[in-house]
Amino acid sequence: MDRDEVLRLAALARVGVAEGELDAFVQDASAIVAYMDQLKGLALPASPAEAERPLLNVMREDGEPHATGRYTEALAAQFPSSVKATEGRPEGTKDSGGVYLQVRQVISHE
Amino acid sequence: MSKAANELSITEASRALRARELTVRELWDACAEAARAKNPELNAYLELFDADDVAIEAAQARIDAEGAPPAGGAPMLCGIPLAIKDNILIEGHIASAASKILEHYTATYDATVITKLREAGALFLGRTNMDEFALGGSTENSAYGPTLNPHDTSRVAGGTSGGSAAAVAAHLAIAALGTDTGGSVRNPASHCGVVGMKPTYGGVSRSGVIAAASSFDQVGPITKSVADAEILLRAIAGRDVLDATSIPEDLYTPQEVTSPMRIGVPRHLLAKGGIDEGVKSAFEATLRGLEAAGHTLVDIELPSADPSLAAYYIINFAEVSANLARYDGIRYGTSARGESLAEDYVRARTEGFGRETRRRIVLGTFVLSAGYIDAYYRTAAGAREALRGDFAQAFKKADVIATPTMPTPAFVLGAKSDPLSLYLEDVFTVLANLTGMPALSVPMSATGLPMGFHLTAPHQAESRLFTMGREIELLRPA
Repeated sequence: MDRDEVLRLAALARVGVAEGELDAFVQDASAIVAYMDQLKGLALPASPAEAERPLLNVMREDGEPHATGRYTEALAAQFPSSVKATEGRPEGTKDSGGVYLQVRQVISHE
Repeated sequence: MSKAANELSITEASRALRARELTVRELWDACAEAARAKNPELNAYLELFDADDVAIEAAQARIDAEGAPPAGGAPMLCGIPLAIKDNILIEGHIASAASKILEHYTATYDATVITKLREAGALFLGRTNMDEFALGGSTENSAYGPTLNPHDTSRVAGGTSGGSAAAVAAHLAIAALGTDTGGSVRNPASHCGVVGMKPTYGGVSRSGVIAAASSFDQVGPITKSVADAEILLRAIAGRDVLDATSIPEDLYTPQEVTSPMRIGVPRHLLAKGGIDEGVKSAFEATLRGLEAAGHTLVDIELPSADPSLAAYYIINFAEVSANLARYDGIRYGTSARGESLAEDYVRARTEGFGRETRRRIVLGTFVLSAGYIDAYYRTAAGAREALRGDFAQAFKKADVIATPTMPTPAFVLGAKSDPLSLYLEDVFTVLANLTGMPALSVPMSATGLPMGFHLTAPHQAESRLFTMGREIELLRPA
């Protein structure tokens, strides 16, 4: 593992490694990879072919879903960023208590 | 001399409540008081909950109303205050998995194990400290400081369920729940001198439990006695429609085994370096005690145990990196804003995740990436199959398999700051997570720092663990 590899993997996984911690990170990661390398070339007994494994359906039957909106408020309360639906609207717009959950705009119309 | 209420076990407290020697309110107050007094030093709890007066009164009413046994008895756990690990969701309370990224996350539903405990009338004292996202082995990876070992506060409490084990050991709770991915219930139980067990994989629902490595994770009891562990396990076990990996009670059909039993010992694993002499002698002394009690010792071989620890970590990194991808700061948890969406993700996850967490995510991404997935992940999966085969063979000659729980007693805080040295502590405990078999850690006869004796049984043969565990308890001087 080298610095470039660690930074490439970190970018893929959407995590950051600060410059100050990068060298220690690379050292630790390399030691761990070297440890995992003991698995290379391991002679393993043949396991049953995919086609021979029995298939079981562990999914439950479709049933009645829970009442619409049962968890909506609790879930919406967890959003880091939300604004009242009247935000930016003309004065006197009726406030029905609605809320917009804010996320970054990713699609633009330019 | 009688014990203080918070020093009682589930069995003792349950009896005292019914004998009207104690009320539920008194039992709660004793535990809550002890927790308030000692937690600042030990940091076992991240948060102590206010008393739930409705639940306390309801539990008392249930006990008052119960008819004489066997008919109409309230469950043993009725009115019993428990400590719950911070990765198990309790509706309305914060569940942070000891991470900054979930610092303010309030659970929107109960985990199934919590629902079951509520139905039994149990009470929740608070949420306990852990290694962040259950990644570690000493509770030093918590974003909120380590938990100290009640037996020696210069030492770690073990992990990742260090808070739960310390709470039970210091009598800040009657019992606790932890989770076990590579030994995370049994490790701190061993270091803190209490009982900890991991059920058969699928035996307890993972619904509402913050996922670490989904093919390893199980919720397990941490208790003052083996009898208590059995009571707590029975209360939380069972197939759950909300967890497709949970299994019916009779999926496996292990042979009925009565005492005396054949105890399999993998001597070749004990001959390896790195095992403390004190641990070895306590282990041997316990084996001799069990032999004197009529059990037979049998040498067994687990040839695939050698590469198993590496296989465990490869699979752990892979599954953890996948499970932690959901923490993006968008729908819940700590958020951060950068210049772009990608930067939002990176900032939230860098500020919110500690070093070990980010390290495992990077390594997991590595072992799953094209070009490496065959060499690492698929080989590890194969090694896992081979280990299962070894255990199946061993269980033809033995009824339970015994090792020490940990190769060393609790180490001094900071002594294992090199991550690889900490991984090597898991050498005995990971085997049961890889195979999905149930395993128990019971304190061994020892002076000085606590040490655990570790037993594994075939799938769904927990009864063998409890039987043998009780005998080991009897060997220990009171």
